[in-house]
This record gives sequence, C-alpha cells and structure tokens, in this order.
Amino acid sequence: MASAGPDDSLGSWSIRHIVGTMFPILLVLSVLEMGSGYILEELKETYLANPTLLVLVPVMIGMGGNLGAILSSRLSTRLHLGLLEFDPRDEVLWTNILAILALAATIFSALGVAAWAVGRVIAEPMALRDLVLISIVSGMLLAVIAIVLSLVATYVSYTRGLDPDDTTIPVVTNVCDILGVIVLSGVAIVVLN
Amino acid sequence: MEARRNAWRIYRESLPILVVSLAGGIFAGSVLGSAGMTEGFERFPGLLLLLPAFLATRGNVYGAMGARISSGLHQGMIDPSFSWDRRLVNAVAASFINGIGISVIIAVLSWGILRVLGRESARLVELLGIMLISGILTSITLIFGLLALVFAGYKHGLDPDNLIGPIVTTLGDVFGVIFLFVAITVVGGVF
Repeated sequence: MASAGPDDSLGSWSIRHIVGTMFPILLVLSVLEMGSGYILEELKETYLANPTLLVLVPVMIGMGGNLGAILSSRLSTRLHLGLLEFDPRDEVLWTNILAILALAATIFSALGVAAWAVGRVIAEPMALRDLVLISIVSGMLLAVIAIVLSLVATYVSYTRGLDPDDTTIPVVTNVCDILGVIVLSGVAIVVLN
Repeated sequence: MEARRNAWRIYRESLPILVVSLAGGIFAGSVLGSAGMTEGFERFPGLLLLLPAFLATRGNVYGAMGARISSGLHQGMIDPSFSWDRRLVNAVAASFINGIGISVIIAVLSWGILRVLGRESARLVELLGIMLISGILTSITLIFGLLALVFAGYKHGLDPDNLIGPIVTTLGDVFGVIFLFVAITVVGGVF
C-alpha cells in the first residue's frame, strides 16, 4: 500500500479506497450468497429428479445480474457525467428500461428452447412447453426485480454519496443471484405440479 | 420516436454479447452436471454451499472493476491500453486483493456454517486449497481478459457500459467452473 500522499492525489483510484469501500460489502454479500447455496442444497432432490432444470440454473443466476449490470452501469456513468435525473418523466430512464425488458424476453425464450435441446442429449427429456414457460416466467420476474434493484441501489448510492461503481453492481448482481435460485425453484414447482 | 430508436440501439448493442453469455451459462450448467463435478460435490461437502458465492465473486469484484474502468474511459482518466498507469495498476491490484481475499473467506464461511449446523463438512484445508487455486486462476483470467475485451470494444466505438456485465458473467461462468474442476482434481489428488 502506497503512502498517504500519492494515494490522496489518486482519490477514489487508490488501492486503499477501492479495497476499503468494497471488501466490507463483499463480506456481507458472501454471507447472503451462503443463503442461496443453502437453498440449492435443500432443493437438490427436485433438481436431480429433473436434471434438465440444472441447465437453466447458471443462466438464471447470471442473467438477472447481467441485465441489472447493464442498466446500473449506464445509470452510473450518467451519474458521473452529471446527466442522471431520478424523475419518472425522464424519457432516457424509460428508454433504458424498455430495452432491458425486450432483451429479457428474447434471451429467456431462447434459453427455454436451448435447455430443452441440451436436456434431450444429457438427461431425461422434459416437455418443451414446460421448459419455455418456466424460463420465460421466471426470467421476466427476474428482469423486473433487476430493474427495480438497479434504480433503488443507484439512487441510494447517490443520496449517500457513495461511488455507484463500487456499490450498485455488487448489490444488484448478488441479490439477483440469490433470487434467481428462489424464483426459478418457485416457478418450476408451480409449473411442474 | 427518439426514445424507441434509442431503446432499439441499446437492444442491438447488448443482444450479441448476452447471447454469448447465454451460451457460456449453458456450458457451465453442463459442466456442473458432469460426473467429475458431481463426484467432487460428494467428496467435499461444503462445495455446493459455497458454489453460488464462488460464482458470484465475478460480479462482485470484476463487474465493479469493469464499471470503474468504463467510467474512467468515459471521463478520459485512463487510456484504453495496457500500461503502468497508476490508476489502472491500482484498479488491477485492488481487484486481486478483493478477489483472492474473498475466496479464502468463502471457504472458511462454508466450513464454519456446516460445523455450526453439525453437518458433515470437508476439511478446512481442502476447501481452502480448492478456493485458493480456483480463486487465483479465475482472478488472473478475468482481470486481464476483461481489460483486453473492454479496451478492444472501446477502441471499436462500442459503449463499454453495454459490455461489462455480460463479459464478466460469461468469463466467470466458463472459467469459474473449469478452474473449480481443475482445483477439485488437484486437491483431490493431493489429499
């Protein structure tokens, strides 16, 4: 770690600042992720009975965070440039939200079909209709959650004077990770019964 | 009309990389379900518990680093190339500290939680070994892979804001499970 002098001139780009801001958040989020791991372990039997569902899991975990990260990153950069307004009438805000929803609809439709095809090769086949339904319903739920989380997290970072680059994306991706497993499991149980 | 055109532009720019990310996720799902990985989960109880936290580290550390680099590029504070620029070096070093440090903590957490619940767990040294090996390999690959791709995208006029999240999850999904597999194999051979 460098002396205080040069670090000060680098401001938010010093190692101490980046690690000091992020590591406590990483700690808390890792503990929360353990909750997600615990749910995976508890529902192991459901997933092993329908192994094709396992193909959905990494995408379902990652994609909500992906969509949230795209939105958060765009909001954060606009904030840095002083262009962001938290106004419901702000057209740019709605433009971003519309794009995220359209992306989610495309991706999760494709995921349902792709998982069906992969599942036919690696496991006991599942009905195409069930897989597409599970994928789209849980995917769109996650997209809405990701949008709301991105807006709230960026706004809170902004009002607390935190750098959203260090705070928003970890919060949004981790909550989406945890909820991805829960939402997928809930929707799958409803659709399969 | 203007809004719809802008939404369409964001959609067009983001979709290709999200499709790559989709493919990466499906690949990761197939590896996770492979016989070698399943045997590892059985041999080292606690791995399944720490799996989401391990995979999520990519979004935590490298997503934030990517967003920082992106904002830095937009503000003209860093150049889109590998150099000994103080800001760039600091961002990379901090990401290594965060990424490897949190891997160690995840191993300890998983072991501790199973202990407290009175469940069977792998030995602490085994979980630590697996997380250190996969953590270090993943850090190196993700940090330099992410920088190379963001710089290349920026030079070609793509908005890095649309690239970072999907790049991080794709590299994280694919290399995360591959290096986890490698680490399980190495630790399984040593112990």
